[in-house]
Amino acid sequence: MNDMTLTEKPVNASDIKITARNVQVYYGTTHAIKDVDVDIPDRTVTAFIGPSGCGKSTFLRCLNRMNDTISICRVTGNIALDGQDIYDKRVDPVQLRAKVGMVFQKPNPFPKSIYDNVAYGPKIHGMTRSRAELDEVVEGCLRRAALWNEVKDRLHAPGTGLSGGQQQRLCIARAIATSPEVLLMDEPCSALDPIATAQVEELIDELRSQFSVVIVTHSMQQAARVSQRTAFFHLGNLVEYGETGHIFTNPSDPRTESYITGRIG
Amino acid sequence: MTLSSTNPPKSLFAVDARTRKRNAAEARFRLYGLIAVGIGVLALIVLLTSVLGNGLGAFRQTFLQLPIALDAAKLDPSGNRDGEAMKKVTTIGYGKVIQTALIAEISQRGIATEGVSAKDIFGLVSKEAPAQLRDQVLANPGLIGQTITFKGLANGRVDGFFKGRVSMESAALDSNISPAQLVLAQQMRDAGMISVSFNPAFIFGSDASELRPESAGLGVAILGSAYMMLIVLALALPIGVAASIYLEEFAPQNKWTDLIEVNISNLAAVPSIVFGILGLAVFINFMGLPQSAPIVGGLVLTLMTLPTIIISTRASLKSVPPSIRDAALGIGASKLQSIFHHVLPLAMPGILTGTIIGLAQALGETAPLLLIGMVAFVREYPGAPPDGFFEPASALPVQVYNFTQRADPAFVERASGAIIVLLVFLVVMNTIAIILRRRFERRW
Repeated sequence: MNDMTLTEKPVNASDIKITARNVQVYYGTTHAIKDVDVDIPDRTVTAFIGPSGCGKSTFLRCLNRMNDTISICRVTGNIALDGQDIYDKRVDPVQLRAKVGMVFQKPNPFPKSIYDNVAYGPKIHGMTRSRAELDEVVEGCLRRAALWNEVKDRLHAPGTGLSGGQQQRLCIARAIATSPEVLLMDEPCSALDPIATAQVEELIDELRSQFSVVIVTHSMQQAARVSQRTAFFHLGNLVEYGETGHIFTNPSDPRTESYITGRIG
Repeated sequence: MTLSSTNPPKSLFAVDARTRKRNAAEARFRLYGLIAVGIGVLALIVLLTSVLGNGLGAFRQTFLQLPIALDAAKLDPSGNRDGEAMKKVTTIGYGKVIQTALIAEISQRGIATEGVSAKDIFGLVSKEAPAQLRDQVLANPGLIGQTITFKGLANGRVDGFFKGRVSMESAALDSNISPAQLVLAQQMRDAGMISVSFNPAFIFGSDASELRPESAGLGVAILGSAYMMLIVLALALPIGVAASIYLEEFAPQNKWTDLIEVNISNLAAVPSIVFGILGLAVFINFMGLPQSAPIVGGLVLTLMTLPTIIISTRASLKSVPPSIRDAALGIGASKLQSIFHHVLPLAMPGILTGTIIGLAQALGETAPLLLIGMVAFVREYPGAPPDGFFEPASALPVQVYNFTQRADPAFVERASGAIIVLLVFLVVMNTIAIILRRRFERRW
């Protein structure tokens, strides 16, 4: 794979943003995530790959406690953001989610205007004091999401009227509008065509300069293209975790090798 | 079974037996559907023609028009136009004035009155007419001494004669009217003294007794129904929506919530008269609220409407895609914010539709109202809210029931007329529901 060479980027592994230790997730009686230990570095794109149902999305949703909304889901173990346990009783998931933003598989803009979509986060968190400040934040986020030039003349048109790729970039703009520290992306390109995918991938690479990005993807090429570190999940276990180039060229586990060569998955 | 490959190749133009059978089944099903729709439409047409045919007449009424000299000596013996003193002259006194004026006008126009006594001539006038004249004079004492053109109600039988309900044959058997009186009435109509015209009193007037169907109106019933709808809307919508949001979004999934859910569905199917008994026991006997009052009716109908609103609200909350909730939660909205900012606006069309359907159901409900005394004969209009909520009133469907209970055939027309008014209200409410749904509907 020629793509591999693109990912040979420096990784500063000393800055660990999220540490997960001994994480178990149960859906009712099903043990969905088993003994996962992982360190997610800051200002890096970390990719979770693995076959369908391996638990990569479930683990991603643990990182901002979105699993709290599923009543039968139970999480044990320790996940810390900057050394603070996010499952501590004192943590309000609402505050946590402002710090750990999320972009979903299917573009899900609110059925409101483009402006209101981006402005919603800053508004509910009281991050801006004036309308002008809010305008600035909205413009900034849309620019960083590489959407500004396409929508600047129709900010008050409904967000749902955009194309699929534009909608997903709008969702990314919405997610970064609350100035999160970590951005979780759950298969952000699976509903997009190759051109839109390329745009979003480019965007992810740029976001790396400010955030720690964690991306779940089905596409190994995508993981290879955008990520610096890759974790391979299989049947609820974290099989292998390391530098992307290393995982793809020289996997140490036979299951990883089978998956990336297309024999399982 | 033989494999298809062993069969000779078939032409695409020849339809085989199996396909023919399937096509026949489809054609049959379409026919059944058409028949079903046809029966439904036919039933609706029959219903509407019968109601409209019977009821439209109620909106038109026969009136007598004649000049009356309001003689001060008879109507205001004290002579100082004092309202209290003038009230001493009863409707009998006014009746005599009308009788005199009527006979004078008939003879002046040269209409023959052989075989019709003075009492019979006065019998063409409604028993309500003297009261109408008295009200007119009491409201404006300055009229005394003048000659006014009085437009009074004609007797119900005369009205029936001009609407085709009463014939010469039926009059011969009727102790209330004679063929000679009808002949006279026809002559008076030819002379322009009697006319049939639109009767606003049917919509705005109050109910009248057995003896004067011509003056019975729906005003009190419409007002009572409107008050009850206000109470139902003010109570059932917030309670229902709050209950649904809690059950749908916040309540834990356990035995208790399951039990509540099942019981709400069951409540929607409880016969309405049961709610009437409940209202009688709780609101009137226990809480001591007044009988026949819109407040009690409104509370009972609120109980009845709640399950409808809760069920439709929960269904529309459920139909909001979970991705919207995820989106809101994912950027750090609290649960309440995600519901009030995003889920509720999207569920609004469904909630409003359910509410209006519930209200329409409540508007047409009769049985529980009978039990809480709204079947009473009420002539006085209830006052303005909130005091009016506690004063006796009637309700539209109960008024229909009341009219049908009365002996005089003129009330058949009144009952159908009341049904038309009720249907108009329902159509208006459904139209509002459709308009609101269109307005709140959003694409995603």
